[in-house]
Amino acid sequence: MENRVRNLEEKSIELRKTILTMIHKAGSGHPGGSLSAADYVTALYFDEMNINPKDPKMIERDRFILSKGHACPVLYSVLALKEYFEYETIFTLREMGSILQGHPDMNKVPGVDMTSGSLGQGLSCGVGMAIGLKYDNNPARVFVALGDGELQEGQVWEAAETSAKYKLDNLIAIVDNNGIQNDGFTKDIMPLGDIEGKWKAFGWHVINCDGHNMADILRAFDEMKQVKGQPICIIANTIKGKGVSFMANVPAWHGVAPNNEEYQMAIDELKGGL
Amino acid sequence: MSGESTRQAFGDVIIDIAAENEKVFVIDCDIGKSMKTVGFMQKYPERHINVGIAEQNAAGVAAGLATLGKIPIVSTYAVFGSMRMLEQIRTSVCYAELNVKVFCSHGGLTPASDGPTHQAIEDFGIYRTIPNMTVIMPADYESCRALIKEAINMDGPVYMRFTRDAMPFYYSSSEKFEIGKGKVLQEGTDISIIANGDMVHEALKAVALLENEGISVELIDMHTIKPLDSELVIKTLAKTKRIITVEDHNVINGLGSAVADIVSEQPEGIMRKIGLNDRFGESGPYHDLLKKFDMDYSAIVRMAKELVKRN
Repeated sequence: MENRVRNLEEKSIELRKTILTMIHKAGSGHPGGSLSAADYVTALYFDEMNINPKDPKMIERDRFILSKGHACPVLYSVLALKEYFEYETIFTLREMGSILQGHPDMNKVPGVDMTSGSLGQGLSCGVGMAIGLKYDNNPARVFVALGDGELQEGQVWEAAETSAKYKLDNLIAIVDNNGIQNDGFTKDIMPLGDIEGKWKAFGWHVINCDGHNMADILRAFDEMKQVKGQPICIIANTIKGKGVSFMANVPAWHGVAPNNEEYQMAIDELKGGL
Repeated sequence: MSGESTRQAFGDVIIDIAAENEKVFVIDCDIGKSMKTVGFMQKYPERHINVGIAEQNAAGVAAGLATLGKIPIVSTYAVFGSMRMLEQIRTSVCYAELNVKVFCSHGGLTPASDGPTHQAIEDFGIYRTIPNMTVIMPADYESCRALIKEAINMDGPVYMRFTRDAMPFYYSSSEKFEIGKGKVLQEGTDISIIANGDMVHEALKAVALLENEGISVELIDMHTIKPLDSELVIKTLAKTKRIITVEDHNVINGLGSAVADIVSEQPEGIMRKIGLNDRFGESGPYHDLLKKFDMDYSAIVRMAKELVKRN
């Protein structure tokens, strides 16, 4: 277990470096929410999900929907590290003609299971996939990563009630609970109240975890696998910009790229973490 | 009048299609009774999803199902199908190139007594603007059945709009339809009338009156607004030099605008549009509303005579 955790922690540092490198090269993008998602995305792709980078459309693969699509550097980075495409592709983020659009395009990037970027839509797509997989007797699961700010979208709760109605225990929503959205702290922009209570009231099995503690993330995944007849919500308590001290919990880092100096500082700090 | 609503055609044909095609799913939004999908629901409950009054979610659920190779049909009223779930269809379906069908009843003024909240008069224009979307309104029961089959066999998003109320039977069940190919219902030399959906029937009445007065009309059922049969528009314009479009929709951005896009690029010819003149409808009997808003057969006759007089 210790080795498994350490190995994933090392991978998550690689992931963070890749995220910052691609956003720095692009000169725009969303580092904050990409970094807050880095640990559970690492755990999913390097440990939990049944996937095959050589066969991205494998029918029995687990699906991942990044409903908070603006955080796509985290998805592109993990796909690059898993060799869904050449690593060098990361340097083309947001460039004209690149497969790596500003928000994920399932028809361009091998391994992207759903096009996203317009907040609030991903969970509904996950519901459709989960219903279809059950119909097909396909054991695959659907993971949907949502921002906490994204929960302000009414459609999320429409999808939540449908998931409970159809007892979608093959659907896992991961709420990236970093407390910050575009315009500031979530508590100031639109307080979300009792997030756990809301999901429970909608009929979901809720699991809390420290979204930056690899062992705790793996524990949450273990608990998730015991749940039957109910959709699962993992509330990953995270820090926006986690891993780079000057970005951590600073709303301004939601959607700007680091300049050369900031990039170097960030990479040096991440290297120190290895 | 012997006839049937095109929403009933949807409800009937979808059961037949589902028997042969296991990929077809129907997603209802609590108006299954009105959408005539109850038969499907009873026969294929495992392929019927009712998301309740939650149209945006319905669109996303359809997108998710389509990623697995299913052919989901979102079934609701045209106002909700074109506006409440619009951005979901635009981004999660059309941009994502997913094979989702948006089949909607209550098009135009056909939900007459329900009033403006339920009369979709913007939907052609809205969906015509979105890349990858096909837009269709069948005129009657049999053409609706045939066009639904074509839409299901086609890979890609389709928006199809039905009538709430019964429309006269016109086509036979053996008539063949192709998406993107208009139907010339009768050939003529003086003027062309291009209509779709319920307005084909008003146009037919107008044609009979015009023919009595010695005006030769070419009548086209342009069931597919996008992709528009531009070849047919060019051909009929070259022949008659005059086109009137007739649609149960705002005159802005619908069938008339689509035809005008083509006509404006031609060396000669004039055209006029009949439809709702950039205003909301109101509650009332369907034919009275058409008359009040200058969209009925007498409005078509009047405009045709005016145009024919011009050189």
